[in-house]
Amino acid sequence: MEIPLDQILIQTINGIVTGLILALVASGLTLIFGIMEVVNFAHGELLMLGAYVGVVTLSLTGDFWLALISATVLIAIFGALMYLVTLRPLIGRDPLTTILATFGLSLVLQNYALWQFGAVSRKIPEPIVGHFNLFHLDYPWYRVAVALLSAAIIGGFWLFLKRGTWGIWIRATTQDRVMAQAMGIPVPWVLAGVFAIGSGMAAASGVLFAPFGGVDSTMGLNWILRAFIVVVVGGMGSLAGSVLAAILISLLEAYASLWVSPAQAVIVSFVVLILTLLVRPTGLFVATPK
Amino acid sequence: MSARAAMAEGGAPAQARTEPLLAVAGIHTYYGKSHILHGVSLEVGRGEVVGLLGRNGVGKSTTLKAIAGLVHPSAGEVVFEGRSIGRLASHRVARLGIGYVPEDRRIFPLLSVLENLRTGLDRHGVDKAKRSRLLDKVYSYFPILAERRNQRGGTLSGGEQQMLAIARAMTLEPKIVLLDEPTEGLMPRMVSQIAEIVGALRDEGVAVLLVEQNVPLTLAASRRVYFIEKGEVRHHAMAAELQVNDPVIHQYLGV
Repeated sequence: MEIPLDQILIQTINGIVTGLILALVASGLTLIFGIMEVVNFAHGELLMLGAYVGVVTLSLTGDFWLALISATVLIAIFGALMYLVTLRPLIGRDPLTTILATFGLSLVLQNYALWQFGAVSRKIPEPIVGHFNLFHLDYPWYRVAVALLSAAIIGGFWLFLKRGTWGIWIRATTQDRVMAQAMGIPVPWVLAGVFAIGSGMAAASGVLFAPFGGVDSTMGLNWILRAFIVVVVGGMGSLAGSVLAAILISLLEAYASLWVSPAQAVIVSFVVLILTLLVRPTGLFVATPK
Repeated sequence: MSARAAMAEGGAPAQARTEPLLAVAGIHTYYGKSHILHGVSLEVGRGEVVGLLGRNGVGKSTTLKAIAGLVHPSAGEVVFEGRSIGRLASHRVARLGIGYVPEDRRIFPLLSVLENLRTGLDRHGVDKAKRSRLLDKVYSYFPILAERRNQRGGTLSGGEQQMLAIARAMTLEPKIVLLDEPTEGLMPRMVSQIAEIVGALRDEGVAVLLVEQNVPLTLAASRRVYFIEKGEVRHHAMAAELQVNDPVIHQYLGV
């Protein structure tokens, strides 16, 4: 079957756009895993709650960007509190306890959202409504804006990690928590801060994605599953690995949907996951640590 | 004060010259159910180099960890500048001026040399001028680190990593440095460099609590030495009174 070049290009752009949103979700997850070896099963619910905070703020103020910022900030604070109350007491115990705790949290948060906001999906309208002509297709500017914004948030965060004092604290704590603390780094604050940042990033992606798919209590599940695949394929704890893996997997899914239905295209990411686990279980984009 | 005078005063070998900087009093620690320290007591004076000798696994490293706040003693006290620090989190202990250089160096392998040093420099109360002054000082002690400032810590040689670990502790402007087997696995040239650094710290008024297997180096660098056996201090002497082949050394180290 002949695939026209313009379709391939459109799918490339689609893949990169989805990949960048997915990267935003996955970077929070991989960051939290990297620094405290906690697999946060409630990460998707933070995304969902962020989207709801966005819905509420938008209905109160009518300002999408304000909704984005307030969701990010509020859920960051919520994430830090969640860490302090449920995870901090479990640090250093069997990893299974943190898995159960975060899984339990995700159920509580999902049902809270269902109880509070109901089962009907809420809508957030696109804040940027224009389209541009991509070959024969009207392509929404908002999709491009989301990709750029996601890239900007990830890039900003990368600079933050690379340059600032907090960045050095976070990286040092990720590499050796005990020694970081012995050097005077306030590790308990760093851990809470990382949880806040990861949660805020999830909330931002929830609001940014809401105009495409709507907001409901289970929207986190779909994202978290894909984000987990991305984190494993990219290498647990590696930020750059997660970003690359998110784009790779989204591109492959986008290309696959040229031949099969998008629902079947999801299979591609599982195939990549299985192949990664077979061939390079530490992740595709991780240099073998010494 | 001479050793003899001290003996006359207290009947035991000289304690720290004046009010001790650090006093460890009867600390007990456990790892899970195994009882590691059975009441270790020792003192270090301001600017004093004190050696801690003993066989492997007798609790020397654990003593240092307990002082650094990495292990909390279940009984006994750690007093630093008159303040009890046994229950403090290790980052607070570090900020009081206790630099810890662990046995396996534990530099941050993926951070550059400069970033490793910044873990101690980027703290409250260190402005730009002070920061560059501290960096210059550390680089003057370890010129090789200045050359490699942008290299990742993990790519340094063993000796260079040891220097980085000591330099990193020095960025905290410590009043005492806890050195755990700094010469282990190093070439002889590096060993004498480590000995020089210990001397330089002492000359600056920084106290050192030195855990070492290298007996000649410990006796040469220290003013006093403690001997640990089975999680207890069993003997205590002025370093100048001991010979490398002293029966005491045989008894506690089996060398």
